[in-house]
Amino acid sequence: MAQSIRNPAELHERREQRLMMILLAPALLVITVLLVLPLLWLAWQSIRQDGGFTLAHYERFLTDSVYWVTFLQTFRIAVTVTLMTVILGYPVAYVAAGLPQRWSILVLAMVLLPFWTSVLVRAYAWLILLQRNGIINSVLTGSGLIDEPLRLVNNEFGTVMATIHILLPFMVLPLYATMKKIPGELTMAGASLGGSPLHVFLRVFLPLSLPGMIAGMVLVFVLTLGFYITPELLGGGRTYMVSMLVSRNIEVYNEWGAASSISVVLMVCVFLVFRLASLLIPFERIMGTR
Amino acid sequence: MAYRLSIIALSVSAAVFLAGTASAEQITFVSQGGAYQEAQTQAILDPVAELLGITINQDSAPDAWPVIKTQTASGKVIWDVVDTPAKDCIRGGEQGMIEKLDFSKIPNAEKMPAEYKSPYSVAYEFYSSVLAYNKDKFGDNAPKSWADFWDVKKFPGTRALRNHPLATLEAALLADGVPADKLYPLDVDRAFKKLEEIKPHVAVWWTSGAQSAQLLADGEVDMEMAWNGRVAAVVKEGAPIGYSFNEGFLQYTSLCVLKGAPNQETAVKFVNAALTPDIQANFPTYIDYGPANPEAYKTGKISAERAAEMPSSPENAKLQVLVSDEWWSSPAGEDAQKRWAAFIQQ
Repeated sequence: MAQSIRNPAELHERREQRLMMILLAPALLVITVLLVLPLLWLAWQSIRQDGGFTLAHYERFLTDSVYWVTFLQTFRIAVTVTLMTVILGYPVAYVAAGLPQRWSILVLAMVLLPFWTSVLVRAYAWLILLQRNGIINSVLTGSGLIDEPLRLVNNEFGTVMATIHILLPFMVLPLYATMKKIPGELTMAGASLGGSPLHVFLRVFLPLSLPGMIAGMVLVFVLTLGFYITPELLGGGRTYMVSMLVSRNIEVYNEWGAASSISVVLMVCVFLVFRLASLLIPFERIMGTR
Repeated sequence: MAYRLSIIALSVSAAVFLAGTASAEQITFVSQGGAYQEAQTQAILDPVAELLGITINQDSAPDAWPVIKTQTASGKVIWDVVDTPAKDCIRGGEQGMIEKLDFSKIPNAEKMPAEYKSPYSVAYEFYSSVLAYNKDKFGDNAPKSWADFWDVKKFPGTRALRNHPLATLEAALLADGVPADKLYPLDVDRAFKKLEEIKPHVAVWWTSGAQSAQLLADGEVDMEMAWNGRVAAVVKEGAPIGYSFNEGFLQYTSLCVLKGAPNQETAVKFVNAALTPDIQANFPTYIDYGPANPEAYKTGKISAERAAEMPSSPENAKLQVLVSDEWWSSPAGEDAQKRWAAFIQQ
């Protein structure tokens, strides 16, 4: 050991590591004070009641049907949104990655433009489009295609539509980044070896783009789990997501513990999703560092 | 040395400042913010401040209950008087967070109906949950009662109700034929059963007052239960909306004083002054919510025309059902609230 410390290369590395720690310290401090401590407080609250230890808040997961119905609906919406963003986002990313630089920037700008608009504004925009006397229904009834206006909003359908719209960029961007890195020579090689375009796509391009797809899916899925404003405004009161259950618990039970327990369970769910995804692709890849 | 001196100077000036504020009485008054609190500032708070020669500091919280709980539990009480649903005052009083009111010091409440008062609270302003409908859709054949609201054959069209059991369960029971004076204690099972009937026809369960107004204005629903102030605003904008106070649900917010409030005595003085008939009569000038002291209607300040639009005017009050805050703050009421989410989701 003593010898290795004298090794200048190692000394240099150690100094660098120390410097890194100093640089990281402010960020770590902020995260500890603003994120880790409140989360620990949350977890602590969820097992306390009237100054004593309790599991009553967690018991409701077994006894109160509202809890699991809400979790079920939330996960169903998250799965639907994730699949739809893949279906809608993949072709966009594919086209953008294949275009010359300035055209692909234009396509990405189109994807990102709504991203800069407030979630609230977009929810109302969907309301205007989808409501009974809204643009879509007016066109449909006006052209005689349907007699009665369709119920497109104030339900799960409207919520899912708006959520897809909001989260699409989170699918397109990681997909685009991954596709950009796939060397064109590989698909050319596949074609020159006699593969049909479809065959080359399925055997060469698609597998290589999978990491980006999984990264996008994890991001979209996890973000959907925490949606609040969109289901609140477009769900018509019957679309109940976990975040709404948290606020309802403050209102009805008047206990931070009841609300905290749900947040803790949701957080565990999110960790599990990340863990599962990290079995498929490395974690750094999901976060887009590589 | 200079440092020392400045410290002394600072503490002296602080003492002078404190003495200055202590001599002029003050309270911290809390309401729900927004246009509602602004209207109160002009209608009630400024006149009361002038009448009593006190300073009224304002704070606002859309839901005061959790804050009341936190302040009294931590022992750091900052608020004096809160304008909040009576049920918070009553359950707060029972849990030792709200002071009992000494009505001998509140003579202005003397002529108010007994059901407007509780040991911990006194009514302050009234609003109502009314049946509003689209005039273009129904013409002369408008729904006038909750039985009509439930009658989807005679009155086809989309409906909306509030995503909350309060007043909604009452409406279901009236529709099911329970006489208005026999509503309480609510038959919760019967109410939910009746609600199941209308559920497929309810397009939206609204959560905010603004949303309920939007639904009417956009024609998204043909009839709904909504707060009279919101409906009146939509009517004023020229939307083809009608409503009546018939079978409306009269609700009110109350004033109550926090236990351990820093300005206990001034707070009670404030409560009494805020109920002065002449000051209460200012409400209709600024907002569509009615005075809680019926004496206000005798001051001559409120025109007959305006009184007809007020939920608490004696004529309109007669047509309506007074929602029982006592029942809603009882264990049965709390259970009904817990049951609500399960009903909505199924």
